[in-house]
Parts: sequence; structure tokens; C-alpha cells
Amino acid sequence: MTWSATARGAHQPDNTAFTQQRLPAWQPLLSASIALPLFFCAGLAFIGLGLGLYCSSNGIRELEHDYTGSSDAGNCSECAAATEGGAPPPNCSCAWYFSLPELFQGPVYLYYELTNFYQNNRRYGVSRDDAQLSGLAGALRNPTDECAPYRYSAAGLPVAPCGAIANSLFNDSFSVWHQRETGGPYVEVPLDRTGIAWWTDYHVKFRNPPLVNGSLALAFEGTAPPPNWHRPVYELSTDPNNTGFINQDFVVWMRTAALPTFRKLYARIRQGNYSAGLPRGAYLVNITYNYPVSAFGGHKLIIFSSISWMGGKNPFLGIAYLVVGSLCILMGFVMLVVYILYQDQDEDDDDDD
Amino acid sequence: MSCILRQLLTLSSFPQCAGEENWVDSRTIYVGHREPPPGTEAYIPQRYPDNRIVSSKYTFWNFIPKNLFEQFRRIANFYFLIIFLVQLIIDTPTSPVTSGLPLFFVITVTAIKQGYEDWLRHKADNAMNQCPVHFIQHGKLVRKQSRKLRVGDIVMVKENETFPCDLIFLSSSRGDGTCHVTTASLDGESSHKTHHAVQDTKGFHTEEEIEGLHATVECEQPQPDLYKFVGRINVYNDLNDPVVRPLGSENLLLRGATLKNTEKIFGVAIYTGMETKMALNYQSKSQKRSAVEKSMNVFLIVYLCILISKALINTVLKYVWQSEPFRDEPWYNQKTESERQRNLFLRAFTDFLAFMVLFNYIIPVSMYVTVEMQKFLGSYFITWDEDMFDEDTGEGPLVNTSDLNEELGQVEYVFTDKTGTLTENNMEFKECCIEGHVYVPHVVCNGQVVPDSSGIDMIDSSPGVSSREREELFFRALCLCHTVQVKDDDNMDGPRMSPDSGKSCVYISSSPDEVALVEGVQRGLAVTRIQYCADQGGFRNCPHFFFRFELLEILSFDSVRRRMSVIVKSATGEIYLFCKGADSSIFPRVIEGKVDQIRSRVERNAVEGLRTLCVAYKRLIPEEYEGICKLLQATKVALQDREKKLAEAYEQIEKDLILLGATAVEDRLQEKAADTIEALQKAGIKVWVLTGDKMETAAATCYACKLFRRNTQLLELTTKKIEEQSLHDVLFELSKTVLRCSGSLTRDNFSGLSADMQDYGLIIDGAALSLIMKPREDGSSSNYRELFLEICRNCSAVLCCRMAPLQKAQIVKLIKLSKEHPITLAIGDGANDVSMILEAHVGHPPWASVIGKEGRQAARNSDYAIPKFKHLKKMLLVHGHFYYIRISELVQYFFYKNVCFIFPQFLYQFFCGFSQQTLYDTAYLTLYNISFTSLPILLYSLMEQHVSIDTLKRDPSLYRDIAKNALLRWRVFIYWTFLGLFDALVFFFGAYFMFENTTVTNNGQIFGNWTFGMLVFTVMVFTVTLKLALDTHYWTWINHFVIWGSLLFYIVFSLLWGGIIWPFLNYQRMYYVFIQMLSSGPAWLAVVLLVTVSLLPDVLKKVLCRQLWPTATERVQAKNQCLSVEQSTIFMLSQTSSSLSF
Repeated sequence: MTWSATARGAHQPDNTAFTQQRLPAWQPLLSASIALPLFFCAGLAFIGLGLGLYCSSNGIRELEHDYTGSSDAGNCSECAAATEGGAPPPNCSCAWYFSLPELFQGPVYLYYELTNFYQNNRRYGVSRDDAQLSGLAGALRNPTDECAPYRYSAAGLPVAPCGAIANSLFNDSFSVWHQRETGGPYVEVPLDRTGIAWWTDYHVKFRNPPLVNGSLALAFEGTAPPPNWHRPVYELSTDPNNTGFINQDFVVWMRTAALPTFRKLYARIRQGNYSAGLPRGAYLVNITYNYPVSAFGGHKLIIFSSISWMGGKNPFLGIAYLVVGSLCILMGFVMLVVYILYQDQDEDDDDDD
Repeated sequence: MSCILRQLLTLSSFPQCAGEENWVDSRTIYVGHREPPPGTEAYIPQRYPDNRIVSSKYTFWNFIPKNLFEQFRRIANFYFLIIFLVQLIIDTPTSPVTSGLPLFFVITVTAIKQGYEDWLRHKADNAMNQCPVHFIQHGKLVRKQSRKLRVGDIVMVKENETFPCDLIFLSSSRGDGTCHVTTASLDGESSHKTHHAVQDTKGFHTEEEIEGLHATVECEQPQPDLYKFVGRINVYNDLNDPVVRPLGSENLLLRGATLKNTEKIFGVAIYTGMETKMALNYQSKSQKRSAVEKSMNVFLIVYLCILISKALINTVLKYVWQSEPFRDEPWYNQKTESERQRNLFLRAFTDFLAFMVLFNYIIPVSMYVTVEMQKFLGSYFITWDEDMFDEDTGEGPLVNTSDLNEELGQVEYVFTDKTGTLTENNMEFKECCIEGHVYVPHVVCNGQVVPDSSGIDMIDSSPGVSSREREELFFRALCLCHTVQVKDDDNMDGPRMSPDSGKSCVYISSSPDEVALVEGVQRGLAVTRIQYCADQGGFRNCPHFFFRFELLEILSFDSVRRRMSVIVKSATGEIYLFCKGADSSIFPRVIEGKVDQIRSRVERNAVEGLRTLCVAYKRLIPEEYEGICKLLQATKVALQDREKKLAEAYEQIEKDLILLGATAVEDRLQEKAADTIEALQKAGIKVWVLTGDKMETAAATCYACKLFRRNTQLLELTTKKIEEQSLHDVLFELSKTVLRCSGSLTRDNFSGLSADMQDYGLIIDGAALSLIMKPREDGSSSNYRELFLEICRNCSAVLCCRMAPLQKAQIVKLIKLSKEHPITLAIGDGANDVSMILEAHVGHPPWASVIGKEGRQAARNSDYAIPKFKHLKKMLLVHGHFYYIRISELVQYFFYKNVCFIFPQFLYQFFCGFSQQTLYDTAYLTLYNISFTSLPILLYSLMEQHVSIDTLKRDPSLYRDIAKNALLRWRVFIYWTFLGLFDALVFFFGAYFMFENTTVTNNGQIFGNWTFGMLVFTVMVFTVTLKLALDTHYWTWINHFVIWGSLLFYIVFSLLWGGIIWPFLNYQRMYYVFIQMLSSGPAWLAVVLLVTVSLLPDVLKKVLCRQLWPTATERVQAKNQCLSVEQSTIFMLSQTSSSLSF
């Protein structure tokens, strides 16, 4: 299209600051004299921030263990070997023993990590039905097309929850045991499995379908669980506030990760004696080994991590701030040199004019 | 009569032997639809269109398909349509809405605009087609709608009505069969032109009489040239043979012209509706593309290549990566049966298309809209500019096309007309020289016109008796040999009041020289009135002396002959031919008279910058006249090559003249012309003056307006010099002179403009130019052209004198097509400049024109029209500079921000298994270019002033900083692209390392992929907006409002978009993502860090470049900064006292 400004009147133009392009204006100039102090100030501030961030990141402890069982001698390799053929044997379990020489400062969070798992694959990422998950009765029995091939079960029943994401729900489970003294009994460390999902996801976005006769099982009648699941969705937990679509493990899993290596929160340790952290002593993590990862060359890890105001251990931000801050200072000096050297020449030029 | 009949005989035999094809190109019209008497040739009746004018493009029914078709012919729209269709057909990462919605928006807005314009055209058409017209039907006057008019109808038109179609003028209410017409709405000439009725029909004054007319008109088929018409009329009467009369453009009344000063006329319709000359001339201007637009298209192609290669790379990598089956189809993400069975190549192809769709945003749909909005809105600043408003004429600048605004900042050559452009075209009679004696009007006394003391004083000794006679003849010639008309009516538009206030009569002529001469003579000889009483034969009288002359013939002026003549018969029966014209065209035809004395006087006057005309006469004996009459009649009835034959006839008649004398008329320079030219030259623009004047006059003007300065070494390439040496030698000699210094010039190039550099000025005349341009048999002409161009390139100023209008166009073309393809601007005010202006038009340079006295034809044909030459300075140096700066930033920034936008998507493919996963949500993909980042750049491109207006005016050399498309060179483009790539890398990997393997909230919860994208997007929007803020040098409150406002809008939108479960969406992936991100401290720190890192290199580059290699502009900026600190208080005061207001 062409906009042509044709035949505009040849009348006396308006004399306003706008039409005459003479609006009062601030005319900043990015010259060395302004940039120099700016660079130094920013550099100092960044270095300060960076130091703080680096320290607080360093104060965070992390303990991780690869329990995939392919390489190390851990007893998980039996389970791993058992899964080689395809579906893992039910209830294969293994354990990870470790000891803490000192208090693991809390609050401690328990994560699992998967590698080489592409939750951000496009076809995988869209393979879900948010309407179904929000508890709409109509959507429950009529899942969206995107869920295919996990839309209808072999028997022709609609899958609830449908889609690849739900189907591949992580189903290993962990329990942590603490031995205060050597030889003493292992005491189970209470794991808080609530509050691991976003509040809004748990309370707003994910809803169970309306109960039928007060029963969630009846509400899901006529649907099939995803093919890989051993139990229907309403039996994910015995707690009525943590079962069905609002099971927190499920909700956490449904928030797809950004990168192929990702962690998801499994539990928080903050109850009883463990609210301050994990006291020193020997520990045992009992792992129910269900989830096959060797098929796609992935690994499974379990991580204990403490948390600060800035989240988990991540030295990147602190280092980046330090680097950028020092770069600013360095450039500031370069500029200062240039400024001093070329200032005189500039003035000479002005004199020439 | 016998003479006419003899002519007829030769004529009637002529067409038959001239061949049939000549008749195919003509049409025959039965006047009043009456068949010619039997026995005449049988004509094949032709079908003519009715008199409906259709300027509208669409009808109600075809609007949608036709408009859509036209819109999708634009490459960009078509591209987005293809993307949209691909999205509809195959499974793509983004929904069709993301490209469909913006495309729909753009298409709809355009369609509405075009539909509205077309509706207006329909309305105008209807008004025109339905306006009542008076027909003659069966001897009665009938009123009908204009559209019902047919070829052959006899039409009556009253005073001040416009002609409803092209008419052959049959008769008028004026006894002499003339009428006056103004063609202001056709070609902009507001002067009154006289048209003549056909001799044999001008007696038919009433409807009944005209009904009795029995005639046929033969004429050529319609052609668009307004000033050419050839035809003839056969008038049948019962008694004699049919009478054949020639018809020329003086018999043709054009649709669109208005009848003036004549009560009513009758005419027969020959061209109707879309065949009228007006309709044939009505055509939309061809699309002109500016250099910026060309660069933009090249960049687009580069980006298209980048896009395709990105998609290709990803597709290939995808299949390489997927070659392991557990990656192609891991157990957790199985394919459907139909997907498995799809052909591999089909799959790869759809994947390729999907990647294309994913990355298609790199070519932004909104760029075209923004660029066009910028041009459209930006051009208002020109029309609004008070400095370019001329109080005297009440005219402001006109922008006829806004497509070329930025080209005004790129002009390298300015071709200017002299008369009326550099000079006022306000002529004053200065002196005359009769037989070598000089006479000056005795009216100027201390600069005041003394009305009483009229008379022409002689400077020289009193002349003898023979001189007395010559003197009388001279003044008679001046009184008679012109085309000036006298207007009785004082209230005409554009009158030129005679200073003789006793009797107010107004002279109107197409040539201001003639008016000046006639007025001068009137004042000088105390002639109260010079009237051109058009009577039966045509009379001219000077009532004071009561000379009566019968006007026999006018050999009218044309720019090729450069002279005009009249043949008059005095009361005593003597027949004279008076000829007036340029000295070069008169002297060769003179056989008697004091040629040398007059020539020297003429040359002296010319050096002083006066316009000179020579006057000659010859006495004709009746036999001679008879011969002339025959000759003219023969040529005038010719259907073919009439122009050429006429010119030959004139050549034959105007010879063996006796020289009477010469006149000198002063044309003052326009105010500030010198200042403007100086500024343009300082700005590195080469100014060429193209004029029809003689060399000495033109050179004097050039000195006066400082085109040539004292130290300018003049090189002459004139006929005189070529006569002495051969063209070859002259050219080589000149080039040697010029190139000798250009060696040092190249050395000096880096240090800029050294003031002492030898200036060269070239003077070339029309004859020499045509020698250079003439193609030679041995094909070596291009050599001369190259040599000539080489010389011109090294001259700071060029004066081309004695130029015919076509040669002006040739010169412009020559420069325009030379190997550097410089941007040329032609400026002129009159009809003779139009060809030059139109030539400059072809190769996309802009051209401007001065709204001048010679009518507004140039103004209507121009891209820009300015009231005075001095306004060119602000037009180019300020507006052009601003537009160029603005649009180049606009273009570069658009590409930059889309690299920032899309490159992270590309990087993300490496981390999501090449699955075309988008990084951003659909809404953000759609709105990024439409709303988050669109307004700040649009506003920047309207408001930015990197240097103040006054500085630009004061320091023209700043124009050199942007010459040769400096801001859109590859180097700059690559810098911007790499900046975009760097920024994209920073955004993506910054977010990547932030999210890698850890949580960033203090409650241990984990973010997903949408938060990752949101972080990248937020950093991006802030970076891109702040980058523009860094580039903004002129922060008005509007800039603050828009820049901070658009960031605020982004935040508010994100809060809203994520804060609500939107019921119309089938996915809720963005729910609370943004708010969750804001709840994380490290996310805030990351935004600050990444924005800083992204902007750092640009800041560093700016500061270092400013310090190390400052451009002239940057020096001025810095200097102003220092000054403004000191002067800020004063400035504040003046701000408050000035009348500026919002």
C-alpha cells in the first residue's frame, strides 16, 4: 500500500512546538565524561553484588547420587539390568547409603534429576489436555487430539489424564532413613510431599472432576489410566487432597522442564528433628526403582540440596556479576586512557576550527 | 478562398497515397449525428465509449477479490500468506493465529484505506458523471446528465463551466469566434488561453443555426498529449463542394478546462469519457523506490537467506540427531500410527516448513506498515514547517509523494532551472538598444517609481531621421509582437497590475518577459492601452497614437526556434513581419542593421545578468505574403508531421530580417539564493544550473548566486571553443586540467574538505552537449560521454546554458545513469522544466519544484513543491537529513530486534531435540512486533533529532556525514546484525545457565520451559527498548511516555495474560508463569545483568568511536553540549518568552 500525502492544503501551518519539531527536549549525549563514572559505578556495584551472590551460592550444600545403576557398583544396577528388557519389574528396590560428618544445614529439599529426557520436545509438550486437567467433565471423556496416541486406550476408553506427559509420569519413590549412631536403628526421616508444586497449579489450574456420589473413583468411571500406569489416577495417593489430577507429584511432573537435563522437587525435609537440616550420621535412601531411563540413554539422580534466598546452588550468577563488574572497571580504565590521550587532540582540533 | 480550395485539392489527393494505415489511426465524427451527403466516402462506423469517467479502481462486487489480489502481489504480503497457509495445512509449532492475525490486521487496514479512497473516487465520479450538460437536440437545448453525452453530440457550454468532454470549438458568442479558456485543473497553467473556432462554423450562433450545420470531423485517435491535436473538418453546404479546414490544438477544448470571459460556446464532442485527454493523462504515478527501500529489500533478501539456511541446518541436524531410534521415538513420546507411516522425505519437508514457520518472524510483517506509517506521518512535518511557508504567495510546501522523504537526505546532484527558480521571474524592463543607441526608461528615481515622469530617455546623442523611423518601428514591434492579452476585469486571479494606476489594465501572458516589455513600452511611450482587439481579422491598436494594425499571422513562440513573429498589416496597407527572439536565433537571420553594435550591447547586458531579446523586422510585399499564406495553410492542414512541417515553414519565412535593436529585462535573484547554493555546495551537493539563457547572462547569474566564486577556474565547453579545436581535443584538454588536481584530491579525501582546493566550474552549451551525446558511427560516443562525466565529476559547479527542455532531461539522465548512480534532484518552476523533472523521476531520485509564477504544472508533477528556492536548504539539510537518519535507524533497528527475537529460538532447537518447540508463548510471538516494541521505534522515526535544527542549518557540511547511504552500508548492517546475534546469545545462554540444574526460588520449586522463555523474552524486550533509548538523542515528553509506557505495557500485559485462566484458550501454559518468575530474586538479578551485558558493547562502541574517530556530527553534538550547559538559563528564558505552545 502506498500512503500518499496528496493535496494538503497550502494554508498557513500551525505554529506549535510539535508541528515545528521544537518540543522542549532533553538531549543526552553518551560521551566519555558521562560513561566513565557510569562504568566505574556499575563495575563496583556489580562486583559487590557478585561477591554477595557467590558467597551465598557457596553456602549452599548439595549432595547428589546417580542411581541409574548402569556403571557403579550400587545395588541399583540389578534393577537397571532388570529393566533392560523393557518394562521394569514391579517393586524392584535398591538403596543408597551415605553418611554426613556434620549437620547438613536445612531446610533440605529432595530432588530427583533426569538427564537426556526431552520434556521440551514439541510433540511431547503439547500432548496434554489442560481442559481435562482443570476438571471439566466434558473434556474428561473427550480428550483433545494432541493427546494421541495416548488419547484412547486399547479398549477405546478415553485416557485420563491423557497425553504423553501424563503417561510418562516419574514413578520412582524414595524414603530416607537416618541412623543416629553406628549400629543404631534406622529412623525414617519424614518427607513433606506437599508444597512441592506451584500453589496456583495445585489450587487453581489442576482440578479434579466433580465427585460423583462423593467418590472420585466414580467421577473417573468410564476412563482408562494411561497405558504405563499401574493404577488409576484416583489412586495416586490415599490423601483425598493429593490424589487425582491434584496429586502434587503429578502436578510437578506436568510442568514440563526447559532443558533435557532437569530436576524436579520430590519432597521437603522440614519436620521434627530435621527442620534445621539433616543431622550428622549415616543415611539410607530406599529407592523403589520403576522408571526406565537406559532406553533413551538417560540417568537418574537423587539430590539433597539446601536452599537460600536465591534458590539452589548456582555459582553462575555470582561469577557472571563478578566478571561483568571487572569488565566494566577494565573498560572504564581503557576509556580513561583514551579520554586523557585524545582529549588534548580534541581541543587542538577545536582550536584549528 | 481560391487558395484554400487549391489546398484542399492537394490535400484530398494526399491521404490516399499516404496509405491506409493513416486512416486506421483516425476517427470520423458526424457533427450532430447527421450523415454526410451521399457520395462521400463511406466510413466504417466506430463505437465510442460514453462520457462516463471512471477513476475508481473497484466496484462493489469486485472490491474484495481485486483488492486482495493487488495486496498479495506485494512480496511481503505474499510471503506471510504462504506462511499462514503452511501453518494451516501442516502441523507447525505455532498456531496459524500468530501469523494470520497480524496479516489480517495489515490487510484489513490497507483494504479499509483503499476502499475509502475508492469510495471517494466513486463519489467524485458520480458527481462528475451526473452533472448536467446542455445538448442540442433537434434545434433545441436539452439538459442531460454528462455521462449520456456521445461522440458527435453538439454541446453548449456557458461561462465558468468546465467542458464535459473534448470538444471541437464550433462557435462562440463572441463575434470573432474565439473564447478564453483556463486549463488550471489540467496542467496548472492559470493563464487564459485563446482558442479559435473553426472559420466556417463560427457564424452559427444559435441552437437553430447550429442544428443546420452539416459537417464531419476527421481526427486522430485519442492520445494523451495535451498540446497536440491534428484533425480536419469537412463542412458541407448544399451548393458548393465541402470545405475542408484544418483543426489544431487551438480548436480543441479539453475536458477539465474552464470557459472564461465568454458567454457561451458550441462545440462538438470528439473524445468522450475515458478517451478524453484528461482521462488519458490520469494515471497513478509509478511506484518510486528510494535508495533506503532498495537497501531494505536487499537486507530482506539476506534475512530470507538466513531464514532458509537456519531452517535447512535445523532440518538436517534433526535427522542426524534422530538417527538413533531412541531419540526419534523414545518410549515416553511415541508417535501415532499415521505418523510412523509417513514418507521420510515428506516428513523432512514438513519439518523444514515447520522450521520456516518457527523462524518466519525474522522478517517482520510490521516493518512495512511501520515504514509506511513513518513516511506518511513524517511528511506532515514538511507541510507543517513554518519556515518553509511563504508569506507573499500564501503557499506552503507540498508533499506529493511521501515515499522519497529520506532521499532528500541523499541528494548528490541538484539540477536547477535558472529563470523563476534561482531568479524571481519578476521581470523589469531595463533598457533597450535601438540601432546601437541606448534608451533607458526614465522612471526610476531614488528607487521610486515616479508615475508622472514617464518617458524613455536616451543616453546617447540624438538619433538621425532614419533612426527615428527605426525607433518607431522598434516600439511598434514591441507593441505588436507578443501574445499578451489585456484583461478588463481587475479581479482575475494572478493578475499583474500595470503600475500605471490611471487606467488599470492587466496584462496576462504565458511569458513574463513579454509582460515586462509591454509594460515597459507602455510606461515609456505613455501608451495608455495596448489592446489586442480580436475582431474579424484581428487588430492590434495603440490608442494613443491610434495605430491600427490588422493581425495576419502569428508564428508562435517555441523553445526550439526561440523566437516568435507576427505578420501585421498597417492601416496604410503595408505588411510587416516583426520577429522577436533570442540573439542567437535572430542574428543569423539578419541581413541588415547595426549588428555589431547591437551584439556588443547585448553581450554587455548579458554579462550583467540581464535577459536580452533582439527585435527584427522585414517588410513584405503582398506577393510574398501570399506565398507565406499558402505555405502556412498547407502545413496547417497536414495531418502528419504537422509540427515538423510548421517548423520548416517558419524557418523559411523568418529570414532576411532587418535588425532593429535589442531589449534588456532584469530578472532579480531570489532572496537568499546565493546563501542556499553556498550551503548546498558546502553540504557536498553538486549544483548544476540548466538554463535556456545565453551563456553570459547565465554565467553572471551564477556569479551572483555564488555558484561560481572568484577563485573558481572556469572551464568552457562551448560551441565557440569547439569551433576552434575539435571536440576531441577540447575534452581531453579539459580532463587533463581537471585530473591533474584530482590526483591531489584523492589524497586529500581523508582529511575532508580542504578549503583551498582548486574549484572548477564547467560551462557547457546545448550545441556542445548534443555533440557529446550524439552517437557516432564508430561507436566511440560512449568515450566522450565517459570523459565528459569524468570532467563533470570533478567540477564543483556546472552551468549548462542554451538548453532545450529535452536536453535538460538528457543531462539529468546522463548523470543519473552514470556508474555511481547518484541521487539527483531537479528543481524548476515552469513547464519547460517538466521534462527534466520527469526524467529525474524515472530512476527514482526525488525531484522538487518551486511553486512558481509560470503556473503550477511543475508543482503538480513534482514529488515535492516548495514556495521559494531558499527553502531547498531546509528541505535537504534539515528535513532530508532527519528523515534519512530516522528511516535508516528504523530499518536497522527492525532487523536488529528481530534477530534478537528469533535467534534464541534457533538456539533452543539444539536443546529440545530439534522439535520446533517455541521458546515463547503464542501471544508473545504475535505481539512482540505489533505492540511490545513497535511504538518506540515509530516515535523515534518521527521525532528523532540527533542534532538540533539550527545546527543543521548552520553547518551544512554535516550533510556529508550521511552521504552515499552511509547509515545503511553493509558495514553498519553487519554491525547491527552481529549486535543482535550477540544479544541473542546473551539472552539465551544467560537464561540457560540460570536454569541449568537448579531452582531459583526460595521455596525450592522448579520452573518449567515457559518460565525459561519468559525470562529470555523479558530480557529481550528490555534490552531492545533500552537500546533504542540509548540511540535517542531527543527526549521529549512523548518519547519518555512511549518508551517507558511500552515497557510498562509489557509488564501489565504479562501480569494479565498470566494472571487469569483465559476460557477461550485450550491451554493454560502461561498461567502464573510471569508472576512466579517475578517472585524469584535471581530472576530479577539476571534481568539486570543480562540487559547490562547486552547493552555494554554498544555503549562501549559509541563512547570509543565518539572519542577516537568522531564524525563531524558527533563533534557538533559535543560542542553543543558544552554550549548548552552555559546557555541553558538563557535558553529557558527564551523558551518561555517565545510563542511556542502545544
